[in-house]
Amino acid sequence: MTYKKLKRIDLIFHEDCECHKVLEKTFSKSNDEIINDLLESGLKGRGGAGFPTGLKWKFTAEQPSDERFVICNADEGEPGTFKDREILFKVPDKVFSGMAVCAKVIGAKKGYIYLRGEYRFLLPELRKALDKFHNDIKDLIDFEILIQMGSGAYICGEESALFESMEGKRGEPRNKPPYPTVAGFRNKPTVINNVETLVYAFMICMHGPMKFKELGTSDSRGSKVFSVSGDTPIPGIYELELGMALDQFVEEFGDGDTKAVQVGGAAGFCVPRKKLKETIIGFEGVPTGGSMKVFNSSRSMYNVLHNYLEFFEEESCGQCTPCRVGCQQLIKGIEAVKKGEKKAVYLEQLLKLSETMKLASKCGLGQSVANSFSSIVGNFREEMIY
Amino acid sequence: MANINIKIDGVEVEIEEGKTILDAARAINVHIPTLCYHEDLCVAGNCRVCMVEVKGARALVASCAMPASDGMEIQTNSLKVRSARKNVIELLLSEHNADCTNCYKNKKCELQDLASEYKTSGEAVYLDLVPLKNYTIDDFSPSIIKDDSKCIRCQRCVRTCEELQHVSALGVAYKGDKMKISTFFENPMYDVVCTNCGQCINRCPTGSLIERNYVDEVWDAIYDENKHVVVQTAPATRVALGEDLGMEPGKVVTGKMVSALKRLGFDSVLDTDFSADLTIMEEGTELLTRLKKALVDKDPTVKLPMATSCSPGWIKFIEHTFPEYLDNLSTCKSPQQMFGALAKTYYAQKKKINPANIVSVSIMPCVAKKFEADRPEMRDSGYKDVDYVLTTRELARMIKQGGLDFGALPEERYDSIMGESTGAAVIFGATGGVMEAALRTAYEIVTGREVPFENLNITPVRGMDGVKEVSVKIEGTVPEWSFLEGVELKTVTAHGLTNAKYVMERVKSGEGAYHFIEVMGCPGGCIGGGGQPIPTNMEIRKKRTEAIYMEDSGKPLRKSHENPEVIAIYKEFLGEPLSHKSHELLHTHYKARQRY
Ligand SMILES: Cc1cc2nc3c(=O)[nH]c(=O)nc-3n(C[C@H](O)[C@H](O)[C@H](O)COP(=O)(O)O)c2cc1C
Ligand code: SF4
Ligand code: SF4
Ligand code: SF4
Ligand code: SF4
Ligand code: FES
Repeated sequence: MTYKKLKRIDLIFHEDCECHKVLEKTFSKSNDEIINDLLESGLKGRGGAGFPTGLKWKFTAEQPSDERFVICNADEGEPGTFKDREILFKVPDKVFSGMAVCAKVIGAKKGYIYLRGEYRFLLPELRKALDKFHNDIKDLIDFEILIQMGSGAYICGEESALFESMEGKRGEPRNKPPYPTVAGFRNKPTVINNVETLVYAFMICMHGPMKFKELGTSDSRGSKVFSVSGDTPIPGIYELELGMALDQFVEEFGDGDTKAVQVGGAAGFCVPRKKLKETIIGFEGVPTGGSMKVFNSSRSMYNVLHNYLEFFEEESCGQCTPCRVGCQQLIKGIEAVKKGEKKAVYLEQLLKLSETMKLASKCGLGQSVANSFSSIVGNFREEMIY
Repeated sequence: MANINIKIDGVEVEIEEGKTILDAARAINVHIPTLCYHEDLCVAGNCRVCMVEVKGARALVASCAMPASDGMEIQTNSLKVRSARKNVIELLLSEHNADCTNCYKNKKCELQDLASEYKTSGEAVYLDLVPLKNYTIDDFSPSIIKDDSKCIRCQRCVRTCEELQHVSALGVAYKGDKMKISTFFENPMYDVVCTNCGQCINRCPTGSLIERNYVDEVWDAIYDENKHVVVQTAPATRVALGEDLGMEPGKVVTGKMVSALKRLGFDSVLDTDFSADLTIMEEGTELLTRLKKALVDKDPTVKLPMATSCSPGWIKFIEHTFPEYLDNLSTCKSPQQMFGALAKTYYAQKKKINPANIVSVSIMPCVAKKFEADRPEMRDSGYKDVDYVLTTRELARMIKQGGLDFGALPEERYDSIMGESTGAAVIFGATGGVMEAALRTAYEIVTGREVPFENLNITPVRGMDGVKEVSVKIEGTVPEWSFLEGVELKTVTAHGLTNAKYVMERVKSGEGAYHFIEVMGCPGGCIGGGGQPIPTNMEIRKKRTEAIYMEDSGKPLRKSHENPEVIAIYKEFLGEPLSHKSHELLHTHYKARQRY
C-alpha cells in the first residue's frame, strides 16, 4: 500500500476563480471531452458511496429522456460533518458552476440544491449569489438553480429519500434499481452529487485532470475536505490530500492522548490507536465523507457507541425491519450487557445482528450501522462489559 | 420484451425481462417467503424476509424488488440467506405482541406462519421490545379494529388505501423506533376519511387490522329463546365462503351455506338477493323518473348522472370527497338496509312476530356494512333495521364453532318470505352487476322487449377493467316511454375507489357525460369485498366472479321484475316502486362529511 504524507491542499477555497471565464472555456469543449476529463481525473463522489463522478454523469447523459436534473446534495446530516456548510458559505459560485457544467453535459435545464434545514441561515447570501450567477451565465446556458429546504431528517440525505422528500412525500429510501441515473427526481434521469464533488468537478474543468490526479492514490485520487472535531486543539475544516495514514493525521490533529479516531461519522469506522499506522484514509482503507472525530483517553467508548446508536435508532426512516428493529436491539442490547442483564456473549449475537443489518437493510443507513458497531465493539470489548 | 436466462438454486429459468427474482422463483415453484409483498400492490421492499443471494453482489437483495437480469445466479437458501432471514423474523417478533392464542388472526397470520417455519428454539433471540412501546388499540369503529401491537409495518394497508382506494386514510407517521401506521393526526379510524371498505384488512398479513366481530352477540341472540333471529346473505358470500372452509376459490356454496345457517340455529334463513331485486325495481324506476324529469319536464333541479348507492364504502367516500354530488346518488338504501327495514315491518306483520323481538343479522362480504347498519339513517322500521353484520369470514368461524362439516352438508333452500331471488340479484356481487340487472329490467319496462344481448348477458359491463363505459341505444319504446326513443343511454361502471374517483373527476370536469353510474367500493365489486376470505388477488377475484355468473345463468328467473316475492310485496305492502311506503322504508339521504 502507498501511504502519503499529510499534505494540506488549497484548491477548493482558493480565491482565484473567475467562474464565468472557466465556464466559458469549459463550454467550448464537447460533452465527451468533459466526461473524459472527469474520468481521467479519477474523481469519486464525496458524499459517502464514492461512485466515480464521470461515470455518473455519463450514464445520466446517455439515458433517453425528455428531461434531466442535476441535484446538489447539501443535506449534510452526518454527525461531525460541517464542510459542505463552509463550502457553500465561502465559495458558492464554484458549487453553482459545477452544477452548470453538469447541466451542460447531461442536458439539464433545472438544478436543485437540497439544503439542510439547519442551514437556513445561509439562504439570504446564497440567494444573492445565485441571482448574480444566473445573470452571469445567461449568455452561456439555459439553466436555473433552485434551492429546496430539507426538513431535518438525516435519512433525507440518502439520494432516493431526498427525491421523495423533494416530491413532497415522506422521506423514505426507494428500492434500487432503478438508480438515479435512470429514474431519480420525478423519475427522470438525475445526477445527484455532494456539494464537494461538484466543486471538485469544476476544479478539474479549471485546472485539467492532471492536477487532481497527481494527488492521492490510485484508488483515492485528489484531495478532500475534512471536518475535524473532538479532542483536538485545532478543530475545523481542512483540505488534505487523500491516502495518508491515520497516524499522520493524529500527529497533526491529536492532543497527544488520542485513543481512537472515528472516521466518517456515525456511519463510519472507529480506528483504535494501535491500528492508526496501518490505516489509510481513502477508499482502499477507511473511506470518509469528511468527518474525523478524535477521542482521547478520557472518553468512554461505550458512551460513544451509545450515542451513535441513539442517533441511528431515531434517524432510521423505520421502514425496513433490519434497520428499524435492529437499531433498537443493538442499543438495548449493549445496555443490557453493561447492566449485567445479559451475558457478555450476547455481544456476539449483536455482532451477528449488525452483520445481518449490513446484508439485509434497504439503504445505506441500516447497512452502515455495523461499521461503527463492529469496530467499536470489536476494538473496545472490555469497555462494553465493565 | 425479450426473454432472459437466470439460474435459481442451480436451475435454469427463462423469464421475461423486467420480471423480478421473486416472479422467476415462483414460476419454477421455488418458495421464497414474503411479507410486505402483495400482488395487488406496488412493491415496497421493506420487510426484507424475501432476501436472496445474488452471485457477485455485496449485500443480499430483496427478491420482490430486484429485477432479474440476464445471467444472474441466485441462491434462495444459502447459509447467508437463512441466517439473515431468521434474524429478520426474530427482529419482527421482538417488536410484536405475539399473543397468538388471544388473537383473532391465530392460524390465519402470515407472521405466525413464518415463525412456525423458522423458529427452532423455544426462546426469543432478542430482547422483548413490546413493554417499551406505547402501543394503542383503536376500537372505536363499528367496522375496523386497529391494534398497533400486532403491526409489522409492512405498509400493505397504506399502499392499499392509497393505490386501490385513493383514500389515504392510513399513512406512516414518525421515524426510527417510533415509526408507525397512523391516521390524520392519529385520530381514531372512526373519525377520519376512512370509508370502512376493509380492503386494508384483506391485505394485512397480521392481526393488526381486523373487522370488529359480532360472533358472540349473534350466538347470544340465537340462544335467546325470546328472539326470532332472521339472517340474510349477500350475493357475494355464496361464492367465497367455501374458501375459508377448505374449498378452492370459485365454488358456489349457496345451498350448503343455507343449510349451515339453519343448523346454527337461525330461525329464518333469507336472502339479500330478494332485496337486491327490490333495489332494481326502485332504482330502475328512479332512474327512469329522473330521465323523464330531465328530458320531458326539463326540470333543472333533477340530478343526472344518477349513481348507485348500494356500496357503503362508496357512500362514505362520496360524503367526504364529493359531497356536492350527494344528490346524484340514488336515494335507494343498499339491499342490506332495505332488507333490514322490511324484516321488522313487512316480514314481522306477515309472520305475526313482534318486531321488537326480531334480531336481524346479515352475512356480508363487506366491513363497511357494519358501519352502515349503525348509521342513524338506518332505523326506519322504528328499530335498528339490521342488528348485526357478520362478514363472510365471521360466518366461516361460526360454522367451525358449530362443529359442522361444511363440505358434507346437504344443499337447502332459503326460507320464505324474502328468500326468493333472480339471477339479476346474484350478479350484484360482481362489478357491473347492478348495471346489468338494472338494464335488464329498465330496458324491458321502456321497450317491452328484453335487452338486446344474447342470453341477457350484458358482457360489456362485466370484467375487471377498472372503468367500463357502455352506451345502450333505446329503440322501439312503448308509448309511455316514447320520449326515450333513440336516446343513447350512457353508463359507466367503476370498481375500487381509485376508479370511482377517476369517474367522478370526469363527471366534474364535464368530460364524462353519463346518465347512470355504477360504483362498487371494492376491487371486483363485492366478491372482492373487505369481509371476504383472505387472501385475495386478481385470480381469486376472477374465480369468484365466474362463479357469480354461473349462478346467474343457472337461475330460472333472471330479471328482477319477475321475482314472484317482489311482485307480491308490491301488491301486498309497498304499492308500487317509489310509493310513499317505499320512500319511508327503502330510501334515504346522506350528509356531507369533512375531509379532515
Ligand atoms: C443515510 C444516508 C445519508 C446520506 N446523507 C448524505 C448527505 O448528507 N450528503 C451527501 O452528499 N450525501 C449523503 N448520502 C449519500 C447520498 O445518498 C449520495 O450517495 C450522494 O449524495 C452522491 O453524491 P456523490 O456521488 O457526490 O458522493 C447519504 C447516504 C445515506 C445512506
Ligand atoms: S435501512 Fe433504515 S433508513 Fe434505510 S430504508 Fe431501511 S429503515 Fe429506512
Ligand atoms: S398477529 Fe399473528 S403472530 Fe401476532 S398475535 Fe396474532 S396470530 Fe400471533
Ligand atoms: S397494519 Fe397490517 S398491513 Fe398495515 S403495516 Fe401493519 S401489519 Fe402491515
Ligand atoms: S378501510 Fe378502506 S378506506 Fe379505510 S383505511 Fe382501510 S383501505 Fe383505507
Ligand atoms: S417481501 Fe420483499 S421485502 Fe418484503
